[in-house]
Amino acid sequence: MRAIPYDEMLEAGGVPRPHCRDYWGWLEAQSQECLAQKRSEADALFHRLGITFAVYGERSGTERLIPFDIVPRILPADEWARLEAGLAQRVRALNAFIGDIYHEQRILRAGVMPPERVLCNAQYRPEMQGVNVPGGIYAHVAGIDIVRDANGSFCVLEDNLRVPSGVSYMLENRKMMMRLFPELFAQRPVEPVEQYPDLLLENLKSVAPQGVSDPTVVLLTPGTYNSAYFEHAFLAQQMGIELVEGQDLFVLDDVLYMRTTRGPQRVDVVYRRLDDDFLDPLSFRPDSALGVPGLLTVYRAGHVTIANAIGTGIADDKSVYPYVPEMIRFYLGEAPLLENVRTWILGNPEDRAYALDHLPELVVKEVHGAGGYGMMIGPAATATQIEDFRSRIKAHPERYIAQPTLALSTSPTFSATGVAPRHIDLRPFVLSGGEVRIVPGGLTRVALREGSLIVNSSQGGGTKDTWVLDA
Amino acid sequence: MLSRTADHLYWMSRYLERAENLARMIDAHQRLSLLPRAPEAVRQGWQATLVSLGAGEAFFERYEALTARAAFDFLAFDRQHPGSIVHCLRTARENARAVRGTITSDIWETLNSTYLESLSFTAAMPESARSEFLEWVKYRAHVTRGVTSATLLRDEALYFTRIGTFIERADSTTRLLESRWRDPGGRGERLRAEASEWGVLLRAMSAFEIFRRLYRDSVTPERVTEMLLMRDDLPQSVHRCLDELQSNLAAVANSRSEETRRRVGELHARFHFGRFEDFRAEGLPHFLDRFQARLRELGARIADDFLVPAS
Repeated sequence: MRAIPYDEMLEAGGVPRPHCRDYWGWLEAQSQECLAQKRSEADALFHRLGITFAVYGERSGTERLIPFDIVPRILPADEWARLEAGLAQRVRALNAFIGDIYHEQRILRAGVMPPERVLCNAQYRPEMQGVNVPGGIYAHVAGIDIVRDANGSFCVLEDNLRVPSGVSYMLENRKMMMRLFPELFAQRPVEPVEQYPDLLLENLKSVAPQGVSDPTVVLLTPGTYNSAYFEHAFLAQQMGIELVEGQDLFVLDDVLYMRTTRGPQRVDVVYRRLDDDFLDPLSFRPDSALGVPGLLTVYRAGHVTIANAIGTGIADDKSVYPYVPEMIRFYLGEAPLLENVRTWILGNPEDRAYALDHLPELVVKEVHGAGGYGMMIGPAATATQIEDFRSRIKAHPERYIAQPTLALSTSPTFSATGVAPRHIDLRPFVLSGGEVRIVPGGLTRVALREGSLIVNSSQGGGTKDTWVLDA
Repeated sequence: MLSRTADHLYWMSRYLERAENLARMIDAHQRLSLLPRAPEAVRQGWQATLVSLGAGEAFFERYEALTARAAFDFLAFDRQHPGSIVHCLRTARENARAVRGTITSDIWETLNSTYLESLSFTAAMPESARSEFLEWVKYRAHVTRGVTSATLLRDEALYFTRIGTFIERADSTTRLLESRWRDPGGRGERLRAEASEWGVLLRAMSAFEIFRRLYRDSVTPERVTEMLLMRDDLPQSVHRCLDELQSNLAAVANSRSEETRRRVGELHARFHFGRFEDFRAEGLPHFLDRFQARLRELGARIADDFLVPAS
């Protein structure tokens, strides 16, 4: 039996929550035609601006819009303050964990988690063992996926510590809302988000290799066919740094250079939006044409900073996720401020036995899956799908985890039949450098299909502007 | 600036310029077909154009017979043909997309909407809408250049954009002239027709009024050619394009580009100090052919020096 989801805007009986009262009043006064017109205006603008993403598996060059919902998700100041503190704590612990794993491995020796879960993990990079990174920061940019359960409390669904994306939509959604509904912003104090690129640049400069006073920072993209290319170009432009591809970079005498019209120019910090596997064909996938041969050598010599660091995947792996609360206690000596979602690790016999008995009510995920691919939502799955997963789990239990099917919170969303509740999550972006900084809010993703729990853009999800109200 | 960025900017503006010049070329033929010409002359005119564009073979792979309509479709709307207008607009936009962080959002949005709008033009359009399409292409090229000049910082980004524009324009002005000189229907005994045929070319190049003002004389192939080659104050002329190439190359000069600058200077000097009579004596089609070879060589040198350097 599934619980009734928490609605972000309305209490039981359809009464608006106190912080949403005036927005709700405004929304109810708008006609369906007017909202529909604003909605299509937004689509036309996004098309003209070229704010699109490519979909894997479709004909190359196909560009789609991420559907944008014109009803914002609103968070009151006190809720955000609690969330912010919990996020900062979590990311501090995750950075400490990665540093520990690639140095002393105290947490393994202390028996807090089984060593094989880390050392036999495909995300563990032995190349990083003993490598010192500036400030001990590995996950410079973290996207932590937050959901709210039926009781209204926040919990962490997933940590994204490799190349989290979506921040450009957070910024563009705000711009779009201000363009469509300027009057809404004039009436209430919504925390701004547009400082994000400045914070990101400061953050990247703060982790430059030692002794570099005016670092050259570049953003490394896989290229125009990558699904997040728009975001790469957007962030590079907003920060005023070069957007480079692997072919633009080369290594000479343990130094990284980019090819410019005036000859080679030294590069100090690489904000990469490319997975570890593709970074350096000499060390990782030899068939990758996207990376830079020899980059790892320069990195290990400490002549360039790569953000996020190589090997951060060891901390956002789904089989490591259940231990994050323990990490917080172990490294920080604090009680976790944010809960995890209950997780069964199917490599463990007891967990597996439970999960196999309860498949129709659980969500099963591939440990290395992402983007909503390779998962099964029990209550929405057919009997055949469930049996298919059952045999897959039995064949390779270590590849899967299971979680309860969450009653993700809902938010009123504009649909063809009027404003109706749809499930949402939240991805705040946490920057770690000299200090931990988070712009208020993040990217709210929304499952546009009625009843659907999958918010990923690759699976028909949309996005919303996220408002944190100033206290 | 990243070499690859410079490369994309250069091709972005080359392809936009190419789209516009194709529109002008097709426009010239549309206007020619309104003159009292034998069908054979019309066909020969298109034939000469396809040859001057180096697209003769590609055309006959796709179409059985050379008709005005087929040639128009091929050069304007054929999405499979890399030299068609719609394809050029798409390539210009793809290049812009690769450097959207370097150009202003105004430029990107202009090229992006041009591309999106171009999708609605197809060979299935009624006859009357076809010349509107050509006008639309010219207009979008004007708008893009205007936005570029109004919003782009005066730095390398602009210089490489302009290098692309002017090398393409010099190339296409000479191709237009060459196709006219090689078109048997445009020469010979029919002097009155000849005047109106070269007049058509001037109009398609938006240079008819200027010709009148500068020459105050009748339209002849020699005068038109002289004007489009030699005037250093005419934006479409080869001399002017070389002026621009020379100054923009000077602005981006690096340690390996000295020889390229020297060659542009040499080529420029031929137009600056040379005499049209001497070019004529060489045989104009032949002269134009050789000039295009020099331009191609120059393009390759620019690529080596700046755009795709060896290391």
